[in-house]
Amino acid sequence: MPQPETKAALRVRNLRKTYKDVVAVDGIDLDILAGECFGLLGPNGAGKTTTIEICEGLTEADSGEVEVLGLHWKSDASALRQKLGIQLQETQLAEKLTVFETLRLFRSFFRQGPGAEDAIRIVQLEEKRDARVGGLSGGQKQRLALACALVGDPDLLFLDEPTTGLDPQARRQLWDLIEEFKAAGRTILLTTHYMEEAERLCGRVAIMDHGKVIAQGTPRELIASIGVEHVVEFSAGDAVPDLAGIGAMAGVRDVRTENGSVLLQVTELHKAVPGLLDELGRQGIPLTELRTHSATLEDVFVHLTGRHLRDE
Amino acid sequence: MSNHPLFQLTLMRMREFIREPEALFWSMIFPIALAAGLGIAFRNRPPEVLKVAAVTPRLAEALRQEKLLDVTQLPPQLAEQFVRTGKVALVAEPAADGSVVYRYDDTNPEGRQARMLADQAIQRASGRQDPIAGNDQIMREPGSRYIDFLIPGLIGMGIMGNSIWGPGFSIVDARRKKLMKRIVATPMPKHYYLLSFLLWRMILLPVDVGVPLAFGVFVFGIPLRGSFGALAAICVLATLAFSAGGLLIASRVRTIEAASGLMNLSMVPMWILSGVFFSSQRFPDLVQPIIKALPLTAVIDALRGNMLQGAGFAQMAPQAAVLGVWLVVCFGLALRLFRWR
Repeated sequence: MPQPETKAALRVRNLRKTYKDVVAVDGIDLDILAGECFGLLGPNGAGKTTTIEICEGLTEADSGEVEVLGLHWKSDASALRQKLGIQLQETQLAEKLTVFETLRLFRSFFRQGPGAEDAIRIVQLEEKRDARVGGLSGGQKQRLALACALVGDPDLLFLDEPTTGLDPQARRQLWDLIEEFKAAGRTILLTTHYMEEAERLCGRVAIMDHGKVIAQGTPRELIASIGVEHVVEFSAGDAVPDLAGIGAMAGVRDVRTENGSVLLQVTELHKAVPGLLDELGRQGIPLTELRTHSATLEDVFVHLTGRHLRDE
Repeated sequence: MSNHPLFQLTLMRMREFIREPEALFWSMIFPIALAAGLGIAFRNRPPEVLKVAAVTPRLAEALRQEKLLDVTQLPPQLAEQFVRTGKVALVAEPAADGSVVYRYDDTNPEGRQARMLADQAIQRASGRQDPIAGNDQIMREPGSRYIDFLIPGLIGMGIMGNSIWGPGFSIVDARRKKLMKRIVATPMPKHYYLLSFLLWRMILLPVDVGVPLAFGVFVFGIPLRGSFGALAAICVLATLAFSAGGLLIASRVRTIEAASGLMNLSMVPMWILSGVFFSSQRFPDLVQPIIKALPLTAVIDALRGNMLQGAGFAQMAPQAAVLGVWLVVCFGLALRLFRWR
């Protein structure tokens, strides 16, 4: 059967990988289109890194099919390596080399691509050009790792937890860079356990848990799929509100307690909040805290698994 | 050429090496310090001059004819005190009947030797003629001293240490930091990565060998009797064989501690058995075949043969064969076992 005219940069079918007795990847399917930024979102241990490393040709799958840029690892490994830009989780580059020397080294591994100076400019490390890698901050090291992934002018960029462990400012700086790559039309697959990161950077997201993709779509679609637009959270001090009464209010989809707070998933904020205040007044419950936010991918994950993305 | 991955990788080895002062110290300064220390400790001293005393000017004059005696003239009481405290080995005094009295401790070899030399000098000064003339021919040849034995041993030990530690640690460190995994994720052919270690060792080899060799030649006058080509060839072969050993040791381990243990386990027995500091002939005949099969024994035997006895390619063939076997076996195993992540 002829393939339909899609520009799939990465196609994964029924991928499985087991380590000893742990099932790391349990039959996942992914389609990443050329020019999109696709996110694998999930908690630690969900199988994101195993999945991305199989796609990078660093880990062999037990079964399943991986097609990268129309090529396969078994038959086209050396051609594929020239076309991919890879940033691994927690790589420490040689500490005694300078930024420029590191990029010169990585550039020598590729047939074509921007020079070391250009790569330095792209990731805005000009001031650190001659600084030793060992002396860079966490954010600068991540930007250098990103530059190492770019020196081959890749058709597909793999970023495994690019901002994990960075402070908020360094994270935002990295996001700006990734947004520039997106704007330049690069295809990106990134993994993250930060829902803000996935929401901000990714056109489409696959949520992973326990080796499976439990939801897939644009962040907007995923949030809409749980049928909830807003979350209302309140605390009542030591008083115990009647949750059944609150749950019965119009527009409330779900009520649960968490760390002494009550969380309501609601569809219409402008009706739910006044209704809640009336109901609490009727029950004689004092309100010590009240917060609302629009539903996020975090709420999607909680809705699907009953757990938070960053549960330890 | 400067864009070639092998060039850039070797450049990385060089930069990592020269930017690590400790590495520089241990591989360059340490062998020299060791050779200097041992050379001084075991140097061949000039013939010793014995201190003796005489109580009269005439006796002193007679004793001074003997070059191996250092003569002081002292009043009798002081002279006796000196010999008791060991400041002089012997005192010569005239006796009333015209004879000479020697006071010395006959349990002390220096005293007995001083007695012989002093008596001989006094007899000759009094007109004794020796019936047969004796002529000395001094044999103090370079090549048979301890330092001559030691320098080839230290060179061999240096090649082994540098070739095993250098690549071994870099590899384990790169694996631990996932740098190796990152480099393998590029299109660079993997064997370049391993080749860069061998290439870098080859570049360092003239320094590894040259520093202790030059030190031995210029400071201690160590002979270089064999062909320089054969010496260079055996050093290259040894570096390749030990580097292959280093790659094998580092092929799987993930921690510096484990690598350290394995490296010590493989090197310490050779430091002891292979005759770096003393001849391996001292070990029982039963273990000699095993000792001869060790790569360090082969290098050191070949180096001593070349430098001290002038052995050429043909005489070093057995040692070269031993090193060749180690090279092929270790490199083959390393390629099979090597874990790239």
